[in-house]
Amino acid sequence: MWQVFVRWYHKCSSPKWFYQMSKPWSFWLGWAAFVLITVALIWGLAFAPVERVQGNSYRIIFIHVPSAFLSEAIYMSIAVAGAVGLVWRIKLAFYVAKACIPIGMTMAFLALATGAIWGKPTWGDWWVWDMRVTSMLILFLLYIGLWALHNAMERPESGDRAAAILALVGVVNIPIIKYSVNLVTTLHQPATLKFTEKAPMHISMLVPLLLSILGFYLAFLAWMFIRARLEILKRERKALWAQKEIEQLGGL
Amino acid sequence: MAFESFGAFLNMGEHGLYVWLAYGLAALVVLFNVLEPRYLAKQLVKDHQRKLRREQA
Repeated sequence: MWQVFVRWYHKCSSPKWFYQMSKPWSFWLGWAAFVLITVALIWGLAFAPVERVQGNSYRIIFIHVPSAFLSEAIYMSIAVAGAVGLVWRIKLAFYVAKACIPIGMTMAFLALATGAIWGKPTWGDWWVWDMRVTSMLILFLLYIGLWALHNAMERPESGDRAAAILALVGVVNIPIIKYSVNLVTTLHQPATLKFTEKAPMHISMLVPLLLSILGFYLAFLAWMFIRARLEILKRERKALWAQKEIEQLGGL
Repeated sequence: MAFESFGAFLNMGEHGLYVWLAYGLAALVVLFNVLEPRYLAKQLVKDHQRKLRREQA
């Protein structure tokens, strides 16, 4: 039994197996994400009712909350994948972690930018040094640090290890972001969605928000697989199978 | 529909600038995440072709 598990584990962590396996995934994930996000945003923009206090500016929530959720979830994935890579020396985990970085960076940027735009009509200013906003800015800077570490290293393997360590250290920031709105009094409104309570939001706004979050998650997975597959080809390009795949990519 | 006319939809009750700016940025982020991997793929193929040519020469 144990040996079967070990064999399965080694097979799944082989870049070649993963590359062959994941071929159709991005296509279907991408289309599902496209349909979900289109429905969610049209619903949120045109059909969800107006918010009583914030007016129509609240419609930014349908991209602000999904991108903020995702930027944190992607960061955790990078840290977990980095730990797996460091502990068990699995190259594939490092490739996946690296593939996540640009997506997480753009999501953190989008969360900050839409937050600033939403802040202007709601708080009266584009930027406030509030705990939630500042810890999100740190998350964005951590993403830039991860990306810079990969680019700074001569050998890609050193970049993998350095970025994994930075990612693990930066995990401290995630609970700070999460609880910053509950622990201290800030301008940022408390979390709308909680696992333990019913959301204080009408169903006509909640459904498009949940659809949008699901759509963003699927889009992330689709983009992650595309990038991870490219990273595999790039790093395994000395192997014959990878060269064949690159030739297919270019239609040679 | 939450709006009475298309004009009201665009105006978003005086918040049009903010809402559309936010959604425009989201569109740019999506565009980047769709196009940049394509550029990376092209780069990968080009590097491989260069290597093949070098080996032939």
